[in-house]
Amino acid sequence: MLGAAIIVFRETLEAALLIGIIAAATRGLPARNRWLALGIAAGLGGSLAVAGLTEQIAEWADGVGQELFNAIVLGIAVVMLAWHNIWMSRHGREMAAQARSVGQRVREGSAELSAIATVIALAVLREGAETVLFLYGMASGGTLEGRSALLGGGLGLAGGIVVGSALYAGLVRIPIGRLFTITGGLLLLMASGMAGQMARNLIQGNLINTDSTPLWDTSSLLPMDSLTGSLLHILAGYEARPSATQAIFYAATFCIILTGMRLARPGTRVFR
Amino acid sequence: MILRALLTSLLLVVSGLASAADVEVPLVIKEHRFTPEELRIPANRKVKLVIDNQDATPEEFESHTLNREKVIPGNSKGAVFIGPLKPGKYPFWGEFNQKTAQGVVIAE
Repeated sequence: MLGAAIIVFRETLEAALLIGIIAAATRGLPARNRWLALGIAAGLGGSLAVAGLTEQIAEWADGVGQELFNAIVLGIAVVMLAWHNIWMSRHGREMAAQARSVGQRVREGSAELSAIATVIALAVLREGAETVLFLYGMASGGTLEGRSALLGGGLGLAGGIVVGSALYAGLVRIPIGRLFTITGGLLLLMASGMAGQMARNLIQGNLINTDSTPLWDTSSLLPMDSLTGSLLHILAGYEARPSATQAIFYAATFCIILTGMRLARPGTRVFR
Repeated sequence: MILRALLTSLLLVVSGLASAADVEVPLVIKEHRFTPEELRIPANRKVKLVIDNQDATPEEFESHTLNREKVIPGNSKGAVFIGPLKPGKYPFWGEFNQKTAQGVVIAE
């Protein structure tokens, strides 16, 4: 039971932290809760569908369909997060100042929120499908073992939700002007980390043919399975042994989104 | 910069599709154990691990040193590309059954 709780907690944590940060980052947008709930619900539905289709997906592309699928899901999430961050650097200050009329905010906000709901749905889907597969496997084993695994899974899920909520509760205590700067920074790191993961999936499936020799090795200094290592992995895309391609994807995404955010700032004339 | 990154990755994809002749090494999962538990592969070459999960339950092949993770559904096969690796030992395990599913890649 404890084993199942830990595995489900680990799978839940990444999505829960992302949702916590996004919920804080979209504070003050109208109908925001409905969009967040929609994203989570779509993600849960998608998890069941993907888990059910795992064998078919696995057979695509000569046995590396899972890598292709993950890379596409991660790629879409990175683009949506990039859009959110760039949008926020234009509108964040107005939102903080409540300068816009409600009607105008609804119109502009719903496009932004649908992007955000997509990011959440994809994050829940990715982690959720693995959790469903794992629990299904355990539950189909023995009845007693299965029931205790499901109970453990429930505990793990609850634990993930508690940590995500705690992060949200902490973030919203920050004054709203500074809050958006902080959430923007956190989402920028998460998006870059996702781009790195996308590269790892492409390399693992040999979909891009590069040398996967690690660029550096910090696995004895800060191991991936340590608490700090895994938190940094989720929040900032930390890797103890990344390949050069992974690092390039990370750095390129970071620079492109940051440049977009700078250019979109009110007062910069490029986007108007 | 974006354009250049795109072009580079496109080139990499194309060259990736062209060179499929890698070393293939089988790895079987049965009763939540890996066979062989010590997997010897040539060093400094890209290797295609073909993982055959003969259990009814899914397993997640995972390794920090190899920087790989992949879910293999029950009663099916999946491929994971690793390397080129320097000579050495690279432990891996099955995330879903960590007590029994342990193994090590030995590159030599």
